[in-house]
Amino acid sequence: MAVMGIAEALREGIREEMRRDPTVFCIGEDIGVPGGWGGAFTVTLGLSEEFGPERIIDTPISESGFAGIAVGAAMTGMRPIADVQYGDFLFCMMDQLVNQAAKMTYMAGGAVKVPLVMRAPVGSTRRGAQHAQTLEVFFTHVPGLKVVAPSTAYDAKGLLKAAVRDDNPVLMFEHKLLYGSKGNRAEKGAVSPIGEVPDEDYIVPIGKGAIRRPGKDVTIVGKLLTVYRALGAADQLAEQGIDAEVIDPRTLVPLDKELILESVRKTHRFVVVEEDNRTHGWGAEIAAMVAEEAFWYLDAPPVRVSAPDIPPPFAPGLEELYVPSIDRVVAAVKGLF
Amino acid sequence: MPEPLGADRLLALYRKMLLIRRFEERCNALFLQGRIPSTLHLYIGQEASATGVCAALRQDDFVLGTHRPHGHALAKDVSPRIIMAELMAKATGCCRGKGGSMHVGDVRQGVFPAVAIVGAGCPIAAGVGLSARMRGTDQVAVAFHGEGAANEGDWHEALNMAAIWKLPVIYVCENNLYGASTHFDKVFRVAHVADRAVAYGMPGVTVDGNDVEAVRDAAITAVARARAGEGPTLLETLTYRQCGHSRSDACDYRPDDEETEWKSRDPLTVTGARLLAEPHSLPQSALDEAEASVATEIDDAIAFADASPAPSPDELERYVYWEGD
Ligand SMILES: Cc1ncc(C[n+]2csc(CCOP(=O)(O)OP(=O)(O)O)c2C)c(N)n1
Ligand SMILES: [Mg+2]
Repeated sequence: MAVMGIAEALREGIREEMRRDPTVFCIGEDIGVPGGWGGAFTVTLGLSEEFGPERIIDTPISESGFAGIAVGAAMTGMRPIADVQYGDFLFCMMDQLVNQAAKMTYMAGGAVKVPLVMRAPVGSTRRGAQHAQTLEVFFTHVPGLKVVAPSTAYDAKGLLKAAVRDDNPVLMFEHKLLYGSKGNRAEKGAVSPIGEVPDEDYIVPIGKGAIRRPGKDVTIVGKLLTVYRALGAADQLAEQGIDAEVIDPRTLVPLDKELILESVRKTHRFVVVEEDNRTHGWGAEIAAMVAEEAFWYLDAPPVRVSAPDIPPPFAPGLEELYVPSIDRVVAAVKGLF
Repeated sequence: MPEPLGADRLLALYRKMLLIRRFEERCNALFLQGRIPSTLHLYIGQEASATGVCAALRQDDFVLGTHRPHGHALAKDVSPRIIMAELMAKATGCCRGKGGSMHVGDVRQGVFPAVAIVGAGCPIAAGVGLSARMRGTDQVAVAFHGEGAANEGDWHEALNMAAIWKLPVIYVCENNLYGASTHFDKVFRVAHVADRAVAYGMPGVTVDGNDVEAVRDAAITAVARARAGEGPTLLETLTYRQCGHSRSDACDYRPDDEETEWKSRDPLTVTGARLLAEPHSLPQSALDEAEASVATEIDDAIAFADASPAPSPDELERYVYWEGD
C-alpha cells in the first residue's frame, strides 16, 4: 500500500494499464517532451522514458484533430488515453466528442465500439474565464458518453483503469486543486488529498458512488472539490448537532441513483453542492431526480449550492465567492431545519 | 506507372460505376414515391472517383465516407441489400435503422458509419492510420471528402498530423466544384485544393475524377506510398455532381453550359467508349449485359428491403453504448 496524491495515482494507473495492454497509449499536448512537464499537471511525467514517443504521443496544438485521431484509433482496436491541457479546450473538440465519439456505436447499429478515455482538468484556480471552468454537465447531457470525476487518489487510479477497460468513450474530469502536483506545477490553495493506493491491480467500477461520511439528518452530494466542501460543512454541522451524510457519486454517467435515493429516504433532507453554474446545471438534474423519485420522503425542498451564473472570476476575492464555500453549505443545510 | 487494366478488369470497374449510378437513380425514384424517408445526397456523376480509389484498396483497408456516402460504400463492396434496407429504414439495414442515408457503412468491409459533419472524418481517418501502424499492419485509411471540407479546421489539423507522423492515409478530395450551392472560386484563392498539400509537406495530386483509370492509377501510387510508411497523399479528383446537392435542389445556381459540358464527360460514357474501342474492342453486348446484371442486383436489393421489417419499438434505446460483439 503506497500513499500518494491524485496526479501520481493517475500516473501509476496509466503506467500499469500500458504495461498490461499494448493497445493502450497516451496522446495529447506536451505530455511526453523530454525535459517537459508531463502534461499541464504532471500526470504523464516520466512515462515517455518507459514507453517512448510511439506510445506517449505529443501532438501539435490541435485539440479537435487529436480528439478525432483518438476516435479513429479507438474504432480500430486501440485504447487511447487522450489528455486535454485544460478542460476548457474540450469546447474546441466538441464535435469529435459529441457528434463522433458519442454517436459512432449508435449510428453503426452497435457494430463499432469507441473505447477512448479523455482526461480533462477542471475547476477554479485563479486562471479566470477560459482556464477554470467546471464542464461536466456539458457532457453528462450526451447519450453515448460515460463521465467520471474522482476526488481521491484511490478512486483516481481505480476509475482510470476502469475507464481504459471500458468499451465506450469515457470522459474523466480531474480537479486542479486536488491533483497534488509538485514543483512549479503546484497549485496555490490546493486541497491535494493524499490517500492509500493498493499496489495490486484493482478497479473502481464505473457507476458506483461512495458514502464519504455516514450521517442520519441530511444528505449532501458533492463531486470533485465540492466533496471536500461538503465534508468541511459536515464537521461544522456536527458541532451544532446535525449529522450529515456526504455522498460522492464518483461516476456522473451512469449515476448511482440508488445510493443517493437510499440516503434521502433515510435522512429526509437533500443538498447538492457543485462548482457548476447554477441554471440548467448538474445540481438541477440531481435535485430533480430526488424530487421525482423520493418526494414523499422529503421533509424540506431539495436545495442546490452552486456557482452563480457568471464565468469564473479571476480576482481571488471574487473567486472565493464563486466556488461554494463551507459556510454556504452550512447555511444551506441549516435552512432545511 | 501502374500496369494498365485489361478489358475484364476495366469492365468490372465500369459495372461498379454503373451499379452506383443505377442504385442512385432508383433511390431518387423511391424517395419521390415516399419509400425512402430521409434526405438524400446522390453520387450521380462522381462514380469514377470512389470506384477508382477503391480499386486500389484491399478488403481490409478502411474507408470513411461523407454525407454523400452511397457511392463510397458500394465501391468498397458493401452489399446493396443492406444499404437499401438502411435507406428504407429497415431493421436489416447496415445500421439497423439507426443511421440512414448519411451514415451508411459496414465495418466488415472496412467502411465505417459515414460522417456527415463536413471535414470531421479527416482526423478520424488519421487515427485509423495511426492505429494501423501501431498494430503493426500495413492497412491504409481513405478519407473521402468534398472540396468544401478543405475549409474546415479539422481538415487542416488532420492533414498536418498525418504528414508529421507519416500516417498511412489517403485524403481523397472529391472536388465537384460546389459545396452545397457555393462555387469553388468563391471560397478558394488557390486553383486546386491539391495546391494546399505543399503547406503540410505531402504530395498533392489533381486528376480527372471522371476517368476511372486515371483515378485508379493515382490511388495506386498514393496507397503504395502509404503502405511503405512514406506518409499521406492529398488526391484531388475533379468531378461534378449531375444532380442536386440534396433532395429538393433545382441547381439554379449552376450555368446550363457548365452542366452540359460536364455531362459530355460522364464517367460511364468515357469508360464505356474506351471499352468498345481499341485495344479492348468489347462488343456492345458486354455493356448491355452489365446493365442487365446491375438491374437484377438492384431489384434484389429493393425486394430484400421491402420484405424486411421496420425496427421494433424495443430497439429504441439500444446501441447507445457498446453491447458486445
Ligand atoms: C460542419 C458542417 N457544416 C455544414 C454542413 C451542411 N452541409 C452538408 S453537405 C454541405 C456541402 C458540403 O460540400 P462538399 O464538402 O464540397 O461536399 P459535396 O456535398 O459537394 O459532396 C454542407 C454545407 C454539415 N453537414 N456539416
Ligand atoms: Mg463539393
